[in-house]
Amino acid sequence: MSSITISHLYAGYNKVHVIQDLSMNVGDGETVALLGTNGNGKSTLMRCVMGLLRPYEGSIKLEIDGLSHELVGMETEEIVSLGIAMVPEGRRLFPRLTVEENLTIGAFRTAARPALARNLEFCFEAFPRLRERRHQLAGSMSGGEQQMVALARALMSEPRVLLVDEPSVGLAPLFVTRTIEKIKELKESRGLTVLMAEQNFHQALKIADRGYVIVEGEIAFEGNSAAELNDNELIQKFYMGV
Amino acid sequence: MSNTRFALLGMLLFAVLFASEQLVTNQYVFFVGYAVLQYVVLATAWNILGGYTGYVNFGTAAFFAIGAYVSVAVNKLYHPPLPVLILVGGTASGLIGLAMGYLTLKLRGVFFSISTLALAIVAQAVITNWAFVGGSSGAYVIRPRFGPYGGPFIAYLFTIMLVMAIAAVVLARSIERSKTGVGLAAIRDDEGAAEAYGVPTLRLKLMATVVSGTLMGMAGAPLPFYVAYLDPPSAFNLSVAVNTIAMPLVGGTATWLGPVIGAVLLSLIQQAAMVTISSAVNLLIVGLVMVGFITLAPNGIMGLLKKRRPAQ
Repeated sequence: MSSITISHLYAGYNKVHVIQDLSMNVGDGETVALLGTNGNGKSTLMRCVMGLLRPYEGSIKLEIDGLSHELVGMETEEIVSLGIAMVPEGRRLFPRLTVEENLTIGAFRTAARPALARNLEFCFEAFPRLRERRHQLAGSMSGGEQQMVALARALMSEPRVLLVDEPSVGLAPLFVTRTIEKIKELKESRGLTVLMAEQNFHQALKIADRGYVIVEGEIAFEGNSAAELNDNELIQKFYMGV
Repeated sequence: MSNTRFALLGMLLFAVLFASEQLVTNQYVFFVGYAVLQYVVLATAWNILGGYTGYVNFGTAAFFAIGAYVSVAVNKLYHPPLPVLILVGGTASGLIGLAMGYLTLKLRGVFFSISTLALAIVAQAVITNWAFVGGSSGAYVIRPRFGPYGGPFIAYLFTIMLVMAIAAVVLARSIERSKTGVGLAAIRDDEGAAEAYGVPTLRLKLMATVVSGTLMGMAGAPLPFYVAYLDPPSAFNLSVAVNTIAMPLVGGTATWLGPVIGAVLLSLIQQAAMVTISSAVNLLIVGLVMVGFITLAPNGIMGLLKKRRPAQ
């Protein structure tokens, strides 16, 4: 069991307030899409969950195996150790390290070390291309391959909750589809709970169970199914320009 | 090659060089050798923070001079054997590194570099006003005529520096190839991403700063005996900082071998220039070599060698 409950969150950078009184939740085994255009606070929210940014106020609770943890105030390493991993926006690989070294960084926490070989094997099975290229420098790979490395790197810590920030950014349409499908496949095979921030509405809805539309740091609409999101007028306004 | 085997190889190298010391009759060889080895230690130490982690330290002179001056102070009080002075000097510089790390490692890139430069200036001001170690008029240290195991004292200094150089290189190589080394490289490539994946970035950076500072202080501790007269302008000399940055850049910062090649090459050129042209031309040479490498071979000699080999 793993779920995240965010309540009354306020966050930002110094005096620039980005997130205002935001509450949402991601239930066990769900794939929840966080929809919204640039600059509405999707990444800021993810940074708060990972402990990379300390919110001004509010709480982020992680329920895992019957235990409840308050994530606000925790260090990122502890949060990763609890079982949350993030695929950052723009992939953010370590370009001068090899593919295998990049993956090893994903298992940096001590608890993930004993299972390193097993997880590496899992990643190479999930992404056979990466096995071929394990000794290649990550910076020399194509955008699609880099996205695979970023996904695999997040899985190296055996997370229960996966945060994916804008997986479609900078990818050719074919690779966007493949990435999204891969996330779905991995989610099913590993029993992950997924929170995915995405601008590409149609792609996100392919795999999302539910979604939130975030506008200027607030939840503007909560859709309990892909169909509900599809018919929503806010979405029509923000995405289709209708 | 495993770390143990590499360390054994280092010991073998030491044994060979130590045995050949007996054949040397001209003491000048030891003076040159000491200078070269001192820069091997400094360049290797600098590279742990500057090369592996990507944090450029302009304050080498501070760590080096603090090691030297702590050595002067302790020697004035107790006259302990040289290895003790080296340990005390190294510890002092390591602690300064820890303190500096806590204050400055939240700064990134050029801001960190500027603060290390500031450290060098502050440390020089403090030492210049510390009367116990001679203040601005400098300190005289009497170099014994013979080493504790016979032979000229300069041969003893050379031997000590040889041990430190080999130890520093073995340490740097083992860090480079450890989990910690991969973590440091991740910080160098993308610190924000490393943090997001749970790499304890601050702890790793502090470790690198402390190890680097300690080695620099240890390299500085025997300096008073080498020069016999130490004053702040020479201990904090710009050439120490410039050389220590230039050597890894010339050799290549990605591996342990780069700083060693750079240090041996540049300091030998400098020593040769000192006797053939003039002692003032040193930094000019370093400057020219550095400009040449930055434009023609940004990854240093090791980068050039790697390019020759076909890609995997």
